Amino acid sequence: MEAIYAFCVGVLTTCGFFLVLRGRTFTVVIGLTLLSYAVNLFLFASGRLKLNGAAVLGKSAEYSDPLPQALVLTAIVIGFAMTAFVVILAMRSRADQGDDHVDGQMPDQPRRLSVSDKRNG
Amino acid sequence: MNLLWVVLLPLIGTLVPLFTERFGRNICTLSVALLPAWSLILVLMYAVDIFDGQAIRQTIEWIPAIGLDLSFRLDGLSLLFLLLILGIGLLVILYARYYLSAKDSMGHFYAYLILFMSAMVGIVISNNLIQLWMFWELTSISSFLLISFWSHKSEARKGARMALTVTGAGGLALLAGLLLIGNMVDSYDLDTVLASGDLIRSHAAYPVALVLVLLGAFTKSAQFPFHFWLPHAMSAPTPVSAYLHSATMVKAGIFLMARFYPALAGTDLWFMIVSLTGLITLLIGAYVALFKHDLKGLLAYSTISHLGLITLLLGLNSDLAAVAAVFHIINHAIFKASLFMAAGIIDHESGSRDMRKLNGLMKYMPYTATLAIVAALSMAGVPLLNGFLSKEMFFAETLNQSTLGSLSWMIPLLATVGAAFSVAYSLRFIHDVFFNGEPIDLPKTPKEPPRYMKVPVEILVGLCLLVGIFPAYVVGDLLHVASSAVLTHDVPVHSLAIWHGFNIPLFMSFLAMVGGATIYYNRRHLFQFQSQFDEPDAKHIFEGVVQSIVNASERIISALENGSLQRYIFLLLLFTLVMAGLPLLDLVQNTGSRPQIPLDGVTVTGAVLLVLSAIATVIWYRRRFLALIFLSVVGLMVSLIFAKFSAPDLALTQLSVEIVTIILLLLALFFLPQSTQKESTNRRLSGDLLISGLLGCVIGTICFAMLTTPLDTISDFFLANSKTGGGGTNVVNVILVDFRGFDTLGEITVLGIAALGIFKLIAKMRIYMPVRDDDGRAWSNDPHPMMLEMVSQSLLPLAILVSVYIFLRGHNVPGGGFIAGLITAVAIIQQYIAHGVQWIKPRIKIDYQWLIAGGILIATTTGLGSWIFDKPFLSTWFDHFNLPWIGEFELASAMLFDLGVYLTVVGSVMLILANLGKLTTSERFEMKEND
Repeated sequence: MEAIYAFCVGVLTTCGFFLVLRGRTFTVVIGLTLLSYAVNLFLFASGRLKLNGAAVLGKSAEYSDPLPQALVLTAIVIGFAMTAFVVILAMRSRADQGDDHVDGQMPDQPRRLSVSDKRNG
Repeated sequence: MNLLWVVLLPLIGTLVPLFTERFGRNICTLSVALLPAWSLILVLMYAVDIFDGQAIRQTIEWIPAIGLDLSFRLDGLSLLFLLLILGIGLLVILYARYYLSAKDSMGHFYAYLILFMSAMVGIVISNNLIQLWMFWELTSISSFLLISFWSHKSEARKGARMALTVTGAGGLALLAGLLLIGNMVDSYDLDTVLASGDLIRSHAAYPVALVLVLLGAFTKSAQFPFHFWLPHAMSAPTPVSAYLHSATMVKAGIFLMARFYPALAGTDLWFMIVSLTGLITLLIGAYVALFKHDLKGLLAYSTISHLGLITLLLGLNSDLAAVAAVFHIINHAIFKASLFMAAGIIDHESGSRDMRKLNGLMKYMPYTATLAIVAALSMAGVPLLNGFLSKEMFFAETLNQSTLGSLSWMIPLLATVGAAFSVAYSLRFIHDVFFNGEPIDLPKTPKEPPRYMKVPVEILVGLCLLVGIFPAYVVGDLLHVASSAVLTHDVPVHSLAIWHGFNIPLFMSFLAMVGGATIYYNRRHLFQFQSQFDEPDAKHIFEGVVQSIVNASERIISALENGSLQRYIFLLLLFTLVMAGLPLLDLVQNTGSRPQIPLDGVTVTGAVLLVLSAIATVIWYRRRFLALIFLSVVGLMVSLIFAKFSAPDLALTQLSVEIVTIILLLLALFFLPQSTQKESTNRRLSGDLLISGLLGCVIGTICFAMLTTPLDTISDFFLANSKTGGGGTNVVNVILVDFRGFDTLGEITVLGIAALGIFKLIAKMRIYMPVRDDDGRAWSNDPHPMMLEMVSQSLLPLAILVSVYIFLRGHNVPGGGFIAGLITAVAIIQQYIAHGVQWIKPRIKIDYQWLIAGGILIATTTGLGSWIFDKPFLSTWFDHFNLPWIGEFELASAMLFDLGVYLTVVGSVMLILANLGKLTTSERFEMKEND
């Protein structure tokens, strides 16, 4: 079971990173979501796997580790806030810049502002 | 009364001129002089003890943990410098009163000047290396402010920048050197360092430390090849030049060498570096000074030359030479400050500093001219003036060394040559300015300056004479205590008499006089000779070097930072791969000893589903809607994983977050392109796939190794205390609202801030609303199907009931504020989806911003409430009650805290989604920030 769990985490990480490396905002957001699944599962795994051992006193003989669960619970909620922020930022970027490339402009266009421009201008 | 006040008084005085400026020039000057004068009186009161041969120390603990104390020490050398700094400083304050024009901000000028004065005082009485360095840097900064005082002038800005760069870089070298020394003797205490000279000199790192410290001293004292900044610093107002660039700041480098003389001097390396640098500086300074047409330029190079002379003396490794060095520090400060002031008066009263125009001023300002001539003669080393005495001692010392082996005879020879040029430029200063015909094209007719502007010059010139005629009475004691502080042992017998009989030094003096006069008489030939060479302008070279460094940095930056996020992430991942992957190569056994759980069919099916949908998300990532559907399957499987492995709270949270996330992404997708064009080349795709794959392997391996390693957890504490301490049986929830309640408070605050940030972003969004999808089909014009409306409306009370139930039971069984909040939010969102914003607006009148604020407020006040009962922040209270019919139930303050969490979650989620939803309707045009 542990092996297959670790395999799933690995696959989610791979898929997440691959999508994060793409050039369009929405795809990057999807990649980040996959990555946060992977991260949450990884953190959860630090409490090790246990079947039928919910950390509710008196309900089972042996309890799973409640601490990583509490941490991951807030991580899930914060992860939602982060995803929401990024996706709205992506929309805003499209509204203001006109396209949804992660750099705010197409790579073949000349850069809008370079270091020397800032200094001289 | 203590030593701290000596430096603290001027430091406080920095603020005085800013307040008294408005009361007029005289009162401002007077008030500014008050605190330094007080400080000087303090020093004079200590002087009695110092002359008895004591050193006064005082230590105030500052950061004892890292050996940093405020530590002061006053000995002979400090006393000498304090008298120079505070004494000449007071004269400069008086002088500047008349020098500054009405246009200059007197308050700023005095503030900078006093700040600089405090920094200098700090350097000379510090008894701790780091503290000394701190004041050292403060002099660099305050001198930058002073040099650039006339910041409308380009030379002033450039000169200030150059001075700051050179002395600042030297300061860094000095810090490194001081840290090294501190490391060698295991203390930053100056007393300890000075007492550990042998240890330092025999240490392997001694050459490095020496070079670093000397770099600091040489840059500050304008020694060759760092001398170029000093002439450019002459664009400062003349009082600054008189103070910083003759008497004090450049002397800080000399002070440093004198201070560390017991610890660092006495080796061949010291001799080679210090004396040769001094000699070269002495010669170059004296030679160049002759050719400067600018009055202050001449004095600047003369200062460089004299600083070289003092450095040379310190480098000779002989006790008497050190005494001569200390003596010349005094003399040079006195005559050079008066010369600068005289030059300032000439500039002020005639409007020019160009010696080609300034001629015959003796007629126009005879009094000032006489003072300046006396000071210049002292600079030339004419008998009966103080400059003569120390120059004689200097000549004697150059004869008494044999450190260059058989070439030692060159040093006295070159010293005489330098002295001859010194005589020549002094003669030029006297002859060219005050005699030599009539002035040419001066902007103003020269006249005597105001009465009190001359007073500082008079005092200093008077001192020149007094020291020159009665040396033993006037400075004998001071010289003795200062020299003994430098040498840290008995001062060798020396005589401060004017007449030592006919001897070789006297002959050298005579040679220098005659030689100087001859050089000046034949100056035309020399000027012609010199005019063949292009004068290298240090400013251009310096600016060129700085520019090329800037260009190089720009090239590096634009090579590294090309603005492509994809590339940054790729590099970041590559680095992560190396850092995380390499250690794994050493991990031979990745399976730990923890017994593994056997596989079962359901889990395998779930895992296959998860893996397939994750891969499908990647495969169809360019068809965004499809990718989103697969993403939701992944999220669902993740929540099932939590459920499977005994984390019901997580499963519930993940499930409800999944719903709101997908709704959010769907809404966002409405405004974004529905599909992605193929952009990346196949090569790039395979590269990205390779690195993500490798990282996936690394993370998976680490995860597996972790899962199979036995666990030593701290959670037993939570399990044992959850019921007794927190009053709940659901340990996860008790951790959230009780044990780690402070974390949760932080987290809901972050959630609230993120939601408000999103609200801001949405409110000003000007995004075009698509009317067709990518295939050209119009969006449905019936967005609210009746079935959905009916069902969701009847579901709402049920959903709210469920969320209340989940909230209330959360302390004891899976549930709690987070989950209940999400369920409530989902229920409300469903109404939005079913009925649309128009329908909701008059029906649900909840201000979500207030909901967030209220939630955080409730959570915080619950935490603060425990203060009333003298308990730490966020301590919880609970008790059990009995009510008829209902039976026993429990009340806990944690419930109130959880209510805060609940409200914040509902508010945040709704603020995000409802406002994003509004963008899709005609409501968007009415949206304002205060909506």
